[in-house]
Amino acid sequence: MNTVMLSAAPAMPRGRLIGAYLEEARSECLRYMRAPGFMLPIMLFPAMFYLLFGVLMAKSNGAEAARYLLASYGVFGVMSPGLFGFGVSLALERDGGLLTFKRALPMPPGAYLLGKMLMAMAAAGVVILLLLTMALTLGHVSLSLSQAAALLLTGMLGVLPFCALGMFVGTLIKGQGAPGMLQLIYLPMSFLSGLWFPLPMLPKFLQQIAPVWPSYHLDMLALAAVGMNKGPLLGHVLVLIGFAAVFLLMAARRLRRHG
Amino acid sequence: MPHSHDLIASLDGAIKRYGRLTALDGADLQLHRGELLALLGPNGAGKTTAIGLLLGLIRAEAGTVELFGQDPQRIEARRRIGVMLQSAELPPTLRVGELLRLTASYYPAPRALAESAELAGVTDLLKRPYAKLSGGQQRRVQFALALCGRPELLFLDEPTVGMDIEARRKLWAAIRQLIAEGCSVLLTTHYLEEAEALADRVCVMSHGRMVHEGTVDELRARVALKRIRCRSSLPLDTVRGWPEINEARLENERLHITAAEAEVVVRHLLAADPYLRELEVHRAGLAEAFTELTRDADEVADTDQREAA
Repeated sequence: MNTVMLSAAPAMPRGRLIGAYLEEARSECLRYMRAPGFMLPIMLFPAMFYLLFGVLMAKSNGAEAARYLLASYGVFGVMSPGLFGFGVSLALERDGGLLTFKRALPMPPGAYLLGKMLMAMAAAGVVILLLLTMALTLGHVSLSLSQAAALLLTGMLGVLPFCALGMFVGTLIKGQGAPGMLQLIYLPMSFLSGLWFPLPMLPKFLQQIAPVWPSYHLDMLALAAVGMNKGPLLGHVLVLIGFAAVFLLMAARRLRRHG
Repeated sequence: MPHSHDLIASLDGAIKRYGRLTALDGADLQLHRGELLALLGPNGAGKTTAIGLLLGLIRAEAGTVELFGQDPQRIEARRRIGVMLQSAELPPTLRVGELLRLTASYYPAPRALAESAELAGVTDLLKRPYAKLSGGQQRRVQFALALCGRPELLFLDEPTVGMDIEARRKLWAAIRQLIAEGCSVLLTTHYLEEAEALADRVCVMSHGRMVHEGTVDELRARVALKRIRCRSSLPLDTVRGWPEINEARLENERLHITAAEAEVVVRHLLAADPYLRELEVHRAGLAEAFTELTRDADEVADTDQREAA
């Protein structure tokens, strides 16, 4: 009897399957575009920081300082949509039952996370473009087109490890507790990996443990993008990929088990 | 019903614990093609856990769970179901039409958007953002999402909570129409009249087990029996020997008797034991039968616990 029923199951045409992924991404973008109160602060907060510390206060130190800070505040800005855009929305939707509903539906695997990921990448792109505009106009930083493009690419891909981290935290904490927890990760990690003040200005011990933080590695890539880091990059890329993979796996495991 | 013996969803000895709490304690459930099965029971009886297992949201620790002969966690099985959960906060800024379009995109051969909207009575709401709807309207939208994929099996978890009587009757009519098209439904509800109006079969749960299963008529027949309780020194075997007795047991020093003709039994009782005290005779309605059924299970569970302690 079981075999009879299996054969009776309607097959999902490939075109409709791809359509489902597209619909999911479209809905995710639509809903946040209509709720600017959620994403806008996440994107504007780092931009405001850069304006204060990177442009206005760094004026006396010249264009090189503004260029250095463009990279590090760019990383600071990219972390935010990853951690908060991804983590907080996941925590809220687990709490509200939306995730449970989606898991009960035949939503194709990963469509939900893919939609959120695209959303975070778009937000990260906007943050980098905002900072670039400020740096080039107000900060008098000179960048070649390829350097600007490299920074944009670094930011849009660099958001992914932080999506994974945000997702993991989102699976640990439900609802309104998540933003506080993520702040506790976001701000200290930014400071400790030299995003606010250059690393050489920090105590020796903190300099030594900086490579523990993924934001340190992304900062190295961002600095290279604006021409201020000539060292090898492959190591940093691998660390970030590994970090993203580990947290993605842990989060996926928790989601599958606990929902 | 030509396919009345096709089993499309089943629990077989399913056990699920949350820490020290046993939510399902060997639950059995069979759902056949084309029928509406109502799952009844008080809060905490295990209804939601049973549904969670059938939807693949959680895994059973023991026993088997099947949906269309497959593991419910397989997407192929879930493409044949529609779901309306007890509480789900849908994206507030999306419009009703967009929600329908998104949900329908998950299915291989969904209904046309206008058809789903018409069936659920949300045609006039399609352009409205979800957050702007009243509670009853939101439930109707959730019902539209449940049926939009042209499912063979519909899970409705407390579908009419928050609806007024008019809206409830409309939803019942829509459910009947779906069943007429060959769809099966697993319904959980607190409202007995809802089960009475819709269900082919009723399954009553308590403490993670099925305590009664049968047609609505069988549940009613069970109700036609009367329950007699009293304190008496009569030996249980004597009482059991009387021909009018359906069932008799001793519990907490009280005699519990079930019989169709209570008057005859009471006459016997009074004649046999002049010191009989605290005589009670009950004739339960459907609602009472339901509480009776679950209370009996409560008492059994209490006794189990005491014995275990």
